[in-house]
Amino acid sequence: MMAFLEIGLGHYLTLAAVVFTIGVFGIFLNRKNVIIILMSIELLLLAVNINLVAFSAYLHDLVGQIFALFVLTVAAGEAAIGLAIIVVYFRNRGTIEVEDINLMKG
Amino acid sequence: MANAPDFATAAPEIFLALAAMALLMLGVFRGNQSTRLLCWLAVASFAVALLIVLQAPAERSVAFAGMYVADSFTAFVKAMVLIASAAGLIMSMGYIRDEGMARFEYPVLFVLAALGMMMMISANDLIALYMGIELQSLALYVIAAFQRDSLRSTEAGLKYFVLGALSSGMLLYGCSLIYGFTGATGFDAIAGALKGQDHAGIGLIVGIVFLCAGLAFKVSAVPFHMWTPDVYEGAPTPVTAFFAVAPKIAALALFMRALIIPFLAISADWQQIIIVISIASMLLGAFAAIWQDNIKRLMAYSSIGHVGFALIGLAAGSTEGVRGVLIYLAIYLAMNVGTFACILCMRRKTGMVEGISDLAGLSKSNPLMALALAIFMFSMAGIPPLGGFFGKFYVFIAAVNAELYTLAVIGVLASVVGAFYYLRIIKVMYFDEPGEPFEGPMSVEMRTIIGLCSVFVVFFAFYTAPFIASAEIAAAALVP
Repeated sequence: MMAFLEIGLGHYLTLAAVVFTIGVFGIFLNRKNVIIILMSIELLLLAVNINLVAFSAYLHDLVGQIFALFVLTVAAGEAAIGLAIIVVYFRNRGTIEVEDINLMKG
Repeated sequence: MANAPDFATAAPEIFLALAAMALLMLGVFRGNQSTRLLCWLAVASFAVALLIVLQAPAERSVAFAGMYVADSFTAFVKAMVLIASAAGLIMSMGYIRDEGMARFEYPVLFVLAALGMMMMISANDLIALYMGIELQSLALYVIAAFQRDSLRSTEAGLKYFVLGALSSGMLLYGCSLIYGFTGATGFDAIAGALKGQDHAGIGLIVGIVFLCAGLAFKVSAVPFHMWTPDVYEGAPTPVTAFFAVAPKIAALALFMRALIIPFLAISADWQQIIIVISIASMLLGAFAAIWQDNIKRLMAYSSIGHVGFALIGLAAGSTEGVRGVLIYLAIYLAMNVGTFACILCMRRKTGMVEGISDLAGLSKSNPLMALALAIFMFSMAGIPPLGGFFGKFYVFIAAVNAELYTLAVIGVLASVVGAFYYLRIIKVMYFDEPGEPFEGPMSVEMRTIIGLCSVFVVFFAFYTAPFIASAEIAAAALVP
């Protein structure tokens, strides 16, 4: 019974993979709002952090946790710049719906 | 504990970081009217950093517990990045003044972006790699959206940010898997962990694939190129000129180091990925550009194609291949900076124009500019004896010697197709009915940049030998 409940590295990696996939789909399937894209980007980085910390604990090596701290810090900066760009965009366009970001066609 | 030799290894970066802070302080206290002064000071700090890079000893020195490396490869690439950043900033000055976006943050962001690029080039550890990429990207997102009352510029910045952040996420996910399955983040330590294996486990392969996807995004290789045309078209033109050169050079150098140093033992596994994205980039760059009317969009597809050619050298994975990439990048730098300097001179009374048809009859109204643009276009098409031919020649030679015949053949075919749209621009300039001429005399800076670039491209054949010798030394530092 106890062995069944034990959470191993594989579970953490699966969780991270699931969170990462949700993040990627959140970016591509979402047609509503750019803020949701920003949240999806945070999900991607969180998935990476779960991976890094799980590996770090499993390998008994601190580098992974230090890496995770760097990722957290940079994620904060990234979110700040992203929000700033969204504000500037909103001032010009008056909307932040993803469907409306189509001035230039790729 | 970091000691004096560590700081000496990172001297150019430390200098640039201090210069960025000093410029920021100066800008805050003096306000926006000092933008022009700050631009020239930033160019001067690029020049000083270049001197520091060139004076550093040629042998490999490793600092900060193996995270940071400086050798003749990094010196070669850093020199290119600094020259490209300085040229980009000099080209910007007239434009930001005329478009009313001359705020003092502009040169500071350029310095910070260049600093991030130099950290990418010197990174010898996954953490250092990530920090370098992010410093560069965060500065570039802001520069792309810098014309903040323009819808196109802010949309370009927003698209670049969303897709750039996605690519950083993929790159990081790859890094985390590589760390988990090799137990190390340092490139040398990963290489040590993989010693004696000829095939990687599935977890590591997935990690390498994600890492390659993230890096392919940064160099805008197919299938991760979607952002390039939109961002190039929307961003202010001098910013596009900067994007097309310096970040690409830095990201390609990082791509080479991040695959060759840690994963040389399992090169068979990643070589296929590089071959596929190289072929796809060359073909897309050749075909998609044919239908473009906007010259900035055309340059975006052209740069995707050029990245494909440069990746041939990485696919070869040999000293010769890396040498080919370095030569290619140096010539690419001159061609692109020159072309964008010409594009920046396409100004009418109503403002900047970007259509290829606007170039009609340029040979009559401004023969010198038409001649320079023709030289750059012939060179990009790879017509001997111009520089672009040698760039392609050395990567193809490397591919043939590494027995990658398919890659070399497709490369030659793609460059033939690509020649079509380069020659079309020349046709429009020389044989079409002239339209309204462009405004005013070109500024001294523009003329100097265009002149230097065309001299470099035209006379490359005469100093090929010493140039290739230094590229050879640089490549040998990466692949012994």
